[in-house]
Amino acid sequence: MKTYINSATAISPQPTLGKPFQLTKPEKYETDYLKCVEPDYKEYINPTLIRRMGRVVKMGVAAAIQCLKEAGVEKPDAIITGTGLGCIEDTESFLNEIIKNQEQFLPPTSFIQSTHNTIAGQIALLLKCNSYNYAYVHRCFSFENALLDSMMMLREQNDIKVLLGGVDEITPVSFAILKRLGIYKSVLGSGADIFTNKTEGGIAGEGASFFVLSGNPDNAFATIDAVKTLYKPADISETENTITDMLKQQGLAIADIDAVIMGYSSDVNSDTLYDTLSQNIFAGNNILYYKHLCGEYFTSSSFAVWAAANILKNNSCPDAMKLRCRDVAKYKHILVYNHFKNTEHSLVLLSSC
Amino acid sequence: MVCLCLLILIIFAISNRIQKMRIFAKAKKNCMHDKIYIAGIGIISAIGQNVAETLESLKTSKHGVGPIEYIDTIYKDKIPFAEVKKSNDDLKTQLGIDNEKFITRTSLFGMIAAGEAVRNSGLDLSKYRCGIVSATSVGGMDLSERFYDEFYADNSAGNIEGIKGHDCADSTEHIADYLGIKDYLATISTACSSSANSIMFGSRLIKNDVVDVVVAGGTDSLTRFTLNGFNTLMILDKNHCKPFDANRAGLNLGEGAGFVVLVSEKILKELDKKPLAEVKGYGNANDAYHQTASSPEGQGAFLAMTKALEVSGLQPGDIDYINVHGTGTGNNDLSEGVAMKRIFGENIPLFSSTKPFTGHTLGAAGGVEAVMSVLAIQNKLIFPNLNFSEPMPELGISPVTKLVENCNVENVLSNSFGFGGNNSTLIISAVK
Repeated sequence: MKTYINSATAISPQPTLGKPFQLTKPEKYETDYLKCVEPDYKEYINPTLIRRMGRVVKMGVAAAIQCLKEAGVEKPDAIITGTGLGCIEDTESFLNEIIKNQEQFLPPTSFIQSTHNTIAGQIALLLKCNSYNYAYVHRCFSFENALLDSMMMLREQNDIKVLLGGVDEITPVSFAILKRLGIYKSVLGSGADIFTNKTEGGIAGEGASFFVLSGNPDNAFATIDAVKTLYKPADISETENTITDMLKQQGLAIADIDAVIMGYSSDVNSDTLYDTLSQNIFAGNNILYYKHLCGEYFTSSSFAVWAAANILKNNSCPDAMKLRCRDVAKYKHILVYNHFKNTEHSLVLLSSC
Repeated sequence: MVCLCLLILIIFAISNRIQKMRIFAKAKKNCMHDKIYIAGIGIISAIGQNVAETLESLKTSKHGVGPIEYIDTIYKDKIPFAEVKKSNDDLKTQLGIDNEKFITRTSLFGMIAAGEAVRNSGLDLSKYRCGIVSATSVGGMDLSERFYDEFYADNSAGNIEGIKGHDCADSTEHIADYLGIKDYLATISTACSSSANSIMFGSRLIKNDVVDVVVAGGTDSLTRFTLNGFNTLMILDKNHCKPFDANRAGLNLGEGAGFVVLVSEKILKELDKKPLAEVKGYGNANDAYHQTASSPEGQGAFLAMTKALEVSGLQPGDIDYINVHGTGTGNNDLSEGVAMKRIFGENIPLFSSTKPFTGHTLGAAGGVEAVMSVLAIQNKLIFPNLNFSEPMPELGISPVTKLVENCNVENVLSNSFGFGGNNSTLIISAVK
């Protein structure tokens, strides 16, 4: 059964919310990491509520509200989010308070807002929406868990609308910690060359991407046909077999894929795997990339799915995403492939409709 | 207050009927009929390191609430907690893990309880398409807050190994690697309903033919972060908690893990034993009232219970026992009680909160209480709601206060409610 996309929105380091689908390759990075271009939240959220919301909650809620508006949906039948690290700004702030005030006289707000389901919960609260409400928090599977749940839900009840989102934020502290762990590096002063002269650590970023999904083609502009996760594959052939099997189940061969969006992050260790695949099973395919636009984060694949949906909708691909790309007369099938440290691998297949 | 509650009850009695009919009508046409069975259970909490010890404590009213031993906090002798009475080194030794290795208490609990559940099932997981759905509220905060103490003063200080397990998926991947699970991994964090949601999602993964076996549940360890968080909300009882009592004064925090092994009907035929129970129903709804407080009419709880009953195909009168969320806070217990009255009217089944035994194990609570629901069915027991003496004047309902034995428990309804208005209900039934 197909899953139809009625709307797709993103808040990202590019001006993407409520704007035409245009992406620009940064000439030079002016900061250590990519931070979202945030909208004027007053246009989306009641100002009295904004004050209490952390940045990641505001990003999630605004992207969700815009997404529902574009789909003409007032109250979704399910709100399902994925977030790798959740509300880290509030978590840090409460940890700081505990240390600073030695566990005494602490304000509860940051603790209350720090739970991982705050984004999904706040959307429900704002919409007065009593429906199913979930938050998945599994590293680079977070968005994919939420997507599979959405697809299962539409199979169980095809006359419903599901609001699906992937959200993560970055803070100076989380950047500092993840940099020490070798996951991120600073890109300050660098340009596109970080993707040619690769070093250890990926380009850091954040974002909120939301989708309204349904089980029928009315007012839909693309479909999500399949999502597949792969955990700790034994070797590259297990990864390749998973890709070919997934496509085969959809009646497709690798040659049918008009573009593969890969999770190149400029991390010398992770990118090797993308290179190997693009030189082997994807040797004849167009290759696109996206993390130079939004950065690496646990739910970055939701940005790639948002981009894929827009490419199918417009039948055109922004030059900024092209890594190795010939002209395509008609974009029919796009595959998103992402992995994190060769541990969590994920595939999402989208088609035009 | 009493009048207000009565009025609310009357108004909702009318709207209930209409809502129930709507929900039932919508879900009916899409009802899936595959059955989900529980083939194994595993648990660790303040009242026992395994299923046998837990059952013994439940039968003998031996609770696990007492002074804090393992957390470095100024509240050490001021607020009681339900800690697992083992140090991290003890737990590592039990699992054969090097004491020097950085591994969170959350992961250790998860490995112990999920490991027991798999052994209990007797299944060789490598023979099946197998997934894990785990849940936690604060993940590896127990180690990350120690790292953060040093990092706070100097961003280059602190052993970086201590923060690697911070995120919620770390414990899930440790459990998966320990049990050799590869085919599907997911982690859920919806505060205190987290692991009820993981059992619900696990059941649906099997019904949707994604995998055949799912190890589902949750794990949480006590941290200074959680302790202080709940303390700022002023909902921690300075004494042993008394859920559903008129004079309840808050909750006791607990820690632990509870897991079940879910199998499809197809796998069941390959088992050489009868399954322990069936996951007959589940439902999740959002209260959409407040980030931390429950609505006076218990709307989220009402909808979660109604949806679970609908999925199960059972009538309210078929429920023999409710393992209530029953935290002991003024707000939760009243709201949950109102919702129960809306569903069951004057015929509320026998019910109890087991949180005075284990404390509120937060992200693990749904898993812990699912295991207890299975134990109630298997052993024909209904566990007492410790410390109860006086019913809430608004509701006039009383939980079970003494162990009920030789009780034919066929259908247990288990509630788990969390921050963000997240409300979940599981219905666990005897296998006929």
